[in-house]
Amino acid sequence: MVPEPFEVLSRRRDTADTWTLELAACERGPLEFLPGQFTMLCAGGAGEVPISISGDPDRPETLVHTVRAVGLATAAICSSAPGRVLGVRGPFGTPWPVQAAEGADVVIAAGGIGLAPLRPAVLWMLARRERYGRLVLLYGGRAPDQLLYMEELKEWAARGLEVLVTVDSAGPEWLGHVGVVTRLVRRAGIDPGSAVAITCGPEVMMRFIVAALVELGVSRERIHASMERNMQCGIGHCGHCQLGPTLVCRDGPVYRWSELAPWLAIREL
Amino acid sequence: MKTLDQLIAATSLFAGARPDHLEVVAGCARNVHVEADTYLLREGQPADTFFLIRRGAVAVEVRGPGRGALVIETLAPGDAVGWSWLFEPYSWHLDARTIEACSLVAIDGACLRGKCDADHELGYELMRRFAAELVDRLQATRMQLLDVYGNARIPG
Repeated sequence: MVPEPFEVLSRRRDTADTWTLELAACERGPLEFLPGQFTMLCAGGAGEVPISISGDPDRPETLVHTVRAVGLATAAICSSAPGRVLGVRGPFGTPWPVQAAEGADVVIAAGGIGLAPLRPAVLWMLARRERYGRLVLLYGGRAPDQLLYMEELKEWAARGLEVLVTVDSAGPEWLGHVGVVTRLVRRAGIDPGSAVAITCGPEVMMRFIVAALVELGVSRERIHASMERNMQCGIGHCGHCQLGPTLVCRDGPVYRWSELAPWLAIREL
Repeated sequence: MKTLDQLIAATSLFAGARPDHLEVVAGCARNVHVEADTYLLREGQPADTFFLIRRGAVAVEVRGPGRGALVIETLAPGDAVGWSWLFEPYSWHLDARTIEACSLVAIDGACLRGKCDADHELGYELMRRFAAELVDRLQATRMQLLDVYGNARIPG
């Protein structure tokens, strides 16, 4: 329960309000993690927040977080210059089913900053590329200047990831797709019988993505989503992140959609 | 080389359509090739021809004073470009511009309307297909309006 000190090694601005920080443990060894897990990240005096790990699971010596400044704690984290020490607890939560998906086509559907929690899964699968069928990334954002990891997407494409990017709106200088990310599902030519889908983004976007995948014939058992609720303790004690009979910090954040759907249908949750 | 009805059948709008219906639609259609940065539709102009994209991409745009062109949606192979030929007063509401060199099937809207008037079974089948596509685009537009990325709450 006690945060461990991690020093900020570098800080890179991704978009107007989003930053990627690389950190290293001050006292402990590398923070081993599985793709999809998160940490509780703490900026002294500003608070503690759950942040998905966005680094390479094969390089645990560097803890990477992509953080959007939306409140006091996240703004403090985003403004942390190299040399500053942040508190880290974790890793916590359930991972993306990257091992169970071996042999299958994998559709990775990301919206906005939802690409950050999916990045470790992409890196994991690309490092083991021969174990998977098609790897298809469907990535949607609000506007071209709010897309993450654009340079890295080219590198991923060269390593065998099919990348389809779209934005909700753009000027005429943008030559890529414009339109919602759900419209990419039909364009991706997915084989619904063999595909496993993993998705992260705003909950509304994920519901639409799942609807499009199910309409195509992908079973809800093969769709996995990363959920966000009000996580505070990170270890299933405080109950703030309850979703139906589950606690997102302990039983999630990655769920099978077939398990999740009944609870999302209850408006009070 | 594929025939026009085969090319039309390969689009999402006409996937699974009856061969005799495809033949009728093909009777109003022709193949065209268009360079990049060419306007297929212009707001306010007569909506006499719509297009099915075989290759390339088309941006649907709206212009505003001082804002230039705002791209609303990008259409890809298999998509249809233009609905206003279906409804009076048969004039385009938006611009559509090729952003790559495109191969298209151009369909004469007045010709197809005439065929639908003469054969209501064909007309019903086409309207059913167009309605499904329009609902799909409407849902996508609603999602765009939601601006879901604006206040996303995701760990990260």
